[in-house]
Amino acid sequence: MAVMDILRKFYQATWATTGGRISLLVFGFCVILAIVGPWIAPFDPMARNYDAAGKLLRLAPPSSEHWLGTTVFGRDVFSQMLWGARPAMIIGVLTAVGSVIIGLNFGLIAGYFGGRIDSLLMRITDILLGLPFLPFIIVVLSLSGRSIWTIVLAMVVVLWRSTARIVRAEVMSLRERQFVAAARTTGASDFDILYREIAPNVLPLAMTSITFALAWAIITEASIGFLGFGDPDVVSWGSIIYEAYASQMMYRAPWWVVPPGVAIMVLVTSVYFIGRAYEDVVNPRLQEGR
Amino acid sequence: MSSFWLRRLWHSALTLFTMLTLMFFMFRMLPGDPTATVISPALYPKAQEALKIQFGLDKPLWEQYLRYLGNLATLDFGLSFHTGRPVAEEIGGRLLNTILLVFPSMIAAYVLGSFVGAILGWKRGSKTEAILVFVSTALQSAPVFWLSMIAILFFSIKLDLFPVGHIVTPGMFPDEDWRMYFSLDFLHHLALPFLINTIYNFCFPFLLMRSSILATVGEEYIELARMKGLTEKAVLYRHAMRNSLLPIATTLPMTLGWAVAGSVVIETVFSWPGLGLLMVEAVGHSDFPMVQAAFLLIAALTVAGTLMADLLYSILDPRIVNH
Repeated sequence: MAVMDILRKFYQATWATTGGRISLLVFGFCVILAIVGPWIAPFDPMARNYDAAGKLLRLAPPSSEHWLGTTVFGRDVFSQMLWGARPAMIIGVLTAVGSVIIGLNFGLIAGYFGGRIDSLLMRITDILLGLPFLPFIIVVLSLSGRSIWTIVLAMVVVLWRSTARIVRAEVMSLRERQFVAAARTTGASDFDILYREIAPNVLPLAMTSITFALAWAIITEASIGFLGFGDPDVVSWGSIIYEAYASQMMYRAPWWVVPPGVAIMVLVTSVYFIGRAYEDVVNPRLQEGR
Repeated sequence: MSSFWLRRLWHSALTLFTMLTLMFFMFRMLPGDPTATVISPALYPKAQEALKIQFGLDKPLWEQYLRYLGNLATLDFGLSFHTGRPVAEEIGGRLLNTILLVFPSMIAAYVLGSFVGAILGWKRGSKTEAILVFVSTALQSAPVFWLSMIAILFFSIKLDLFPVGHIVTPGMFPDEDWRMYFSLDFLHHLALPFLINTIYNFCFPFLLMRSSILATVGEEYIELARMKGLTEKAVLYRHAMRNSLLPIATTLPMTLGWAVAGSVVIETVFSWPGLGLLMVEAVGHSDFPMVQAAFLLIAALTVAGTLMADLLYSILDPRIVNH
């Protein structure tokens, strides 16, 4: 399978450099956290915790029982951190995969057929390029309810544009190559040429935009959570920072605000470095600058 | 040349128009009746009717749409659902505040990023280079609102160097007139968000310039400049860097537009009364005319940024016009 092949190459390319290797390990750790986090969390993230005397543990500093202290509502920060990995990962991965699949198909079709279809699709990406990303998502969320799925959908609607443009440019040059002409003389249909001959060749390029879309999506999810437009039923790293901010107690409780920000920073940094390590291999032109 | 400019202008106008239309229908088509948030169902039916007529919601959709376009053409954004005052009145000053926050810090980020990127790229392989690539990427990966909070925690609360938020000390300029922009108090309030926005946006121009300079090493014109006996500094600043300014200059306007869109979060943390904060507050009040107007202004700035980037590109690199 072409996809498996590409994934293997992706892994080999990024594992080859030290930065890429560390980043892959960090990212892998976050993936595991996203899967098992809620199971290994010592406390219910929304439960109020009380001390031995039955008093609510408000803003308790880190202790052996509450590793990262508690929030103003007496909730365990460490457990919230463990729960928060999952939404970040789900939203990030769904958005990245969704926008790349759509962008890839639009790019393939526009680049291959050219003409009117191409100019129509390019017009659409132009319009999306002018769309202010975060404000647009806020408007959509405020109009249609706040759920994880709306957030993913709104981000996909905007983010596919960059993949589409990169893929289109590549397809336009591949279209003239000999292997395409050869396929055509054997009587292959346009569909076959596009998806059997051309698509496997642009997939590596699409993979680089997956990583950048992933980074964007994780940051944006946190921003939405911070602005208070996140899914109210979900504990995410962004919503932890939002609660700390909204309570106006964060400046007295660094253990409450520092961990979620550091987690986002570490995760997104690893994603960026994975993307760059892979990009250097796939697209040597970029290594020398553009 | 002129046909290229006309075409780009036309495309930008089309983009804006599409966005206006999209906004109009989004606010009316999405699930939930927006009029229900404006006009409380708890009101007497007669009062409801009167409000509907006041906001023009009793007319058929296409008529509302035409009126909406006509109003926008005269910069009439309607009345705020929240304050009842004309939206246009409130929004002008907010636009200026956003520009004052975003533009200087982005330009600072670009100037700083280009120079540091050029110097480190020129020396290539230094330890400082590796560290700075890592640090700037990490800073860009952190949520900017969180960076701001940490900065406030440290610089404002611990060290008491800067105010915690707002554009001037509340109550100092009761009229919020032009004088406040020329006060030291304003600069004092601007300092921290300016600093955060600068280091947050440093990464992109830094990496761009660095890789661009890396690519010039070994180019013939660089060798020639060296052979002419120019000092390394002169070769870097007058030849290598000048040639690498093209991508820097052309991405600046576009990233400016994006930074305006991204200012939503930084304005919220610093209670900076700009367009972004206005929009977030308006969403909280279900003040749809205000949300719409703020969104359209941010979008207009973004579109203007992309347009400027293209035009700048066509001036700096005339080859593009023929494509």
